[in-house]
Amino acid sequence: MKAFDYAAPTSVADALKLMEPPHTAALSGGTDLINRMKDYVSSPERVVYLKDIDALESIESSSKGVSIGAGATLAALLEHGEIKKTYPSLWKAAYEVATPQIRNMATVGGNLLQRPRCWYYRAGNGLLALKDGKSLVREGDNRFHAIFMTDGDALFVNPSSLAVPLIALGAKATILGPKGERTVPVAELYRVPKGSQERELTVQHGEILTKVVVPATHAKNASYEARHKQAHDWPLALASVALEMDGQKVGSARVVLGAVAPVPLRSEAAEKAIEGKALNHESATAAGDAAVKDAKPLSMNAYKVQLTKVAVKRALLAAVGDRYWEEG
Amino acid sequence: MSKKIHVSTTVNGESVEFLCEARQSLLEVLRENLSLTGAKEGCNNGNCGACTVMLNGVPVNSCIVLAVEVEGAAIETVEGLACHGHLHPIQKCFLEGAALQCGVCTPGFLVTAKALLDKNPNPSEHDIRFNLANNLCRCTGYDKIVKAVQAAAAELQTR
Repeated sequence: MKAFDYAAPTSVADALKLMEPPHTAALSGGTDLINRMKDYVSSPERVVYLKDIDALESIESSSKGVSIGAGATLAALLEHGEIKKTYPSLWKAAYEVATPQIRNMATVGGNLLQRPRCWYYRAGNGLLALKDGKSLVREGDNRFHAIFMTDGDALFVNPSSLAVPLIALGAKATILGPKGERTVPVAELYRVPKGSQERELTVQHGEILTKVVVPATHAKNASYEARHKQAHDWPLALASVALEMDGQKVGSARVVLGAVAPVPLRSEAAEKAIEGKALNHESATAAGDAAVKDAKPLSMNAYKVQLTKVAVKRALLAAVGDRYWEEG
Repeated sequence: MSKKIHVSTTVNGESVEFLCEARQSLLEVLRENLSLTGAKEGCNNGNCGACTVMLNGVPVNSCIVLAVEVEGAAIETVEGLACHGHLHPIQKCFLEGAALQCGVCTPGFLVTAKALLDKNPNPSEHDIRFNLANNLCRCTGYDKIVKAVQAAAAELQTR
């Protein structure tokens, strides 16, 4: 790891002053940044430690919803009764992130803004992993890469498990920068980089993500993650759904997919397939099929298409309490 | 060599001060500056759990915590488990149940198991396996470790 200057401000205002672009990094849980620094993938000249700022840590619920400080740990999120009760899709996604040790350190903001886990990126080949005009991903081992939006050069998958339910629940993120505060839908934290100089995150150097606000909801919501191991693994496909019911039928639906595209991907095809229908195995299966209509897998990851179908089906059924795969 | 930073902290109940570079991990400082070599460096990236210590009462991977972050914090390492030369029941049950072979992962397992039993004195097998998910052992196959934690839980409850 390269040497760097270290600052541990205790207020957001002081932190903003210290976050001078371009070679400054914000450190919160550190479970991503410290490893990137060890691997020389990121070598900031200054690291601004945000965990001494109490104001970033709080989780507050009110009649309008719940406000989650970017510095709240995943462990704190899991212990918050309101999250488990009203936003089970978010709770379940957080529960399945990494391990107890990592959830004790890792924060909500860090989960949202962690950099992709693409092994070519992590090995120092850049976000798009292009070498001599060729894509290392396309021609190499791409078993964990994208199956959607694969016509371009960005073939990594967005690594945030929390972004998926947060987008389904209509959450907004607040970002503070030298020009003041702005609030954006969580989906707009991400973009597909068009060139090797562009980042996949829309948060600019010098800005700090301060909180995420999830609106109050009566929507039935759930997440389902397909993965290799029960212990300590990344999702191969993740689906979160939020359903406004109209009697026994689905009134309006939000279906969001994770770990399958360079951004968390809303599936309007799956939403359309389930809206107006009673939720049962047949309609959930049809929505899963609709979700993968536009999938274009790479040479080694067609298996993720089937996993995505199943993730959508199971997330939909879990939202109405049918967890058939856990029986017997 | 970059500028060293002064850090005051508590390790196993004793006030400790040290000087470190900002880029040094807590694990590195525990082992090299403070000569507490119980926590081990396995993967050095947060996967294996051999470096687990308690930071303000919860287990963390000390290899991915910067030492400068622990200013004012309370740290407990495996060295703090035994008391006046007597092994902690978890240590005793690991020994009696042969829950270790090469031993490199053991300090991490002991600290994580202690954290679990502090919070949940009567864990189910699922609770134990779930909470030990960040501690990898390539020798034992885990069964003896899970049984040792169950035995320790039983012994602690008779006290």
